[in-house]
Amino acid sequence: MEIFQHILNALQFGSFYALIALGYTLVYGVLRLINFAHGDIFMVGAYIAYFVAVTLLGIGGLHLGMDMHPALALAITVPATMILTALVGVALERTMYRPLRRKGANRLYVVITALMAGLMLENGNLALLGASRKRFPDLLEKVVWDLGGGVSVTNLKVIVIVAAIAVFLLLQFIVTRTKIGMAMRGISYDKFAIPLMGIPLDTIIVFTFILGSSMAGLAGILFAMSYPILEPYMGALIGWKAFIAAVVGGIGDIRGAIVGGFLLGFIEIGVVAVFPSTLRDLFAFSVLLIILWLRPTGIFGVAQTTKI
Amino acid sequence: MQKHTVTIGVFALIALIAVLAQFNVLDAYYVSVLMFMGVNIILATSLNLVNGYMGEFSCGHGGFMCVGAYVSSLCTVLMFSKNAILGAPLLPPSMTFIGFPLALLVGSFAAAIAGLVVAIPSFKTRGDYLAIITLAANYIVISAINNMEIIGGPRGFMGMSATEVGMKSVLDIPWVLIFTMLGTLGSVWLLRRFVSSTLGKGVSAISQDEIAAEIMSVDTNRMKLIAFMLSSGLAGLAGGLYAHILGYVNPQSFDIMRSTEIMVMVYLGGMGSLSGAALAAVLFTVLMEALRFLDVWKWVVIPLLLILLMQFRPEGLMGNKELADLFPKLRKFYSFK
Repeated sequence: MEIFQHILNALQFGSFYALIALGYTLVYGVLRLINFAHGDIFMVGAYIAYFVAVTLLGIGGLHLGMDMHPALALAITVPATMILTALVGVALERTMYRPLRRKGANRLYVVITALMAGLMLENGNLALLGASRKRFPDLLEKVVWDLGGGVSVTNLKVIVIVAAIAVFLLLQFIVTRTKIGMAMRGISYDKFAIPLMGIPLDTIIVFTFILGSSMAGLAGILFAMSYPILEPYMGALIGWKAFIAAVVGGIGDIRGAIVGGFLLGFIEIGVVAVFPSTLRDLFAFSVLLIILWLRPTGIFGVAQTTKI
Repeated sequence: MQKHTVTIGVFALIALIAVLAQFNVLDAYYVSVLMFMGVNIILATSLNLVNGYMGEFSCGHGGFMCVGAYVSSLCTVLMFSKNAILGAPLLPPSMTFIGFPLALLVGSFAAAIAGLVVAIPSFKTRGDYLAIITLAANYIVISAINNMEIIGGPRGFMGMSATEVGMKSVLDIPWVLIFTMLGTLGSVWLLRRFVSSTLGKGVSAISQDEIAAEIMSVDTNRMKLIAFMLSSGLAGLAGGLYAHILGYVNPQSFDIMRSTEIMVMVYLGGMGSLSGAALAAVLFTVLMEALRFLDVWKWVVIPLLLILLMQFRPEGLMGNKELADLFPKLRKFYSFK
């Protein structure tokens, strides 16, 4: 019976990885850019959620005379955080990535810029808000469902897992079934021919960033609700791990992000179930290394043929 | 004689710094900054071999540095200091002169072997996927050492200062400083020789076009193996020096943040320029010290500077040019060795 509990935990952890990995994979799929700032956008999302929530609940530094019911506050916090986080992502795109793209700079310079933008978000947060950790308020009344045989699940866990799957289905639908999704796939196929077809390149790219960043914002809220201690470096490790998950799944493919995310979740929880928890990272990364060794382009990735 | 000006100048500078440090004209703070500068120069130039000349994106250089630091520390502690687990020193302090360089070499070899973890997958994998492998390799090294309780785990490992004490007991001059400077000079010289050799041209050919290189009879797998192992081996040397400068190592100081720092130096200097990477390492070390007053804002300002650099001069300070390309008259003052 214990194994079901582990599976549920793995699904929850995998959901966080998957939600963040989706953002990496979307941007990579369109721009061939590793947006290393994405893990920190997730962190920013969690902080935005914190500030929105405490303001709405009337317990923050800013009193607007609102003492909302937690459920109502949650209903407003989720869309507000997603929108604000998307704005952060778009701001990064507009101020840093787009000028470089216009100049036709080497892809690597954009990657370095992304890496540095992530560092700025992390340390800017540390400098502005201080090193003290923030406690995320309880927005959701905790309900524990006992499934019998010692297996129990909280409502939050179910929400996290359902959210990850719903986001996956939504993004899969957008990318494969809609016109804008077709444009996104088109850009990754040929960036130069797409504007000639009358497709506004920058609009599509901004849309991609909105999608990816708002999913990171959603992951930020859910993470803050599950593990309610926020600190500036929370996005770094989970971001790198989600990125690795995206690559193992085959970066640029939505299915790959989900599979990679859940795979990483299962490996981590599986290791902790058997070995001491300090070995978690060692095993998780070793398994990922072996997968990449055997399938160099990830599970769903297609090998790029190089023309001579 | 004119041809040897630069060579003589460099050795004179090393001697001058050593003498100044000996007579306390340079206080301990400046000496330590100089030593970290040397370590950073080795790290930046060696990473430049992979990221600049070979055109790959390795973001796990800190991991190889970590291997070198721990292995060489283990060697010197085993030989020269009393340790709860490794027991009494095996050799007398007068042997430190042979033991210390030897330990550094062993550390470099161990790091080069660790480089195989990245080198072998690189035969099939390129670009972003290889970047992940280097990243994973960094994490694996850190968490492996975190889990080895016998060498301190996350608490770190110490006892390396006995080596310096041993060397000083024979002759009281700043030995670690001298070894660091010689190590820096040696690795820059080695890299310079390497990139101008046929092997180095092969490495550059891979960055231009791997398939074309193969057609032109470059053994790409062998090139990658050599480049990765040389690069990680030198990172191991830098790690060994770093460990003996501080006298203490812990796995957290070699994490992804350290790797990022090294990458910053490479891109600041310009990809594919040895003098650029060395110059950037010097500049970066000075900048890190000069901006100390900014406290937590330091790590906001440095990324911002780099972002601005990428926007307005993306090829880095030197581009892919060497110092001698910018100042052709310099060529008169050295003969290429």
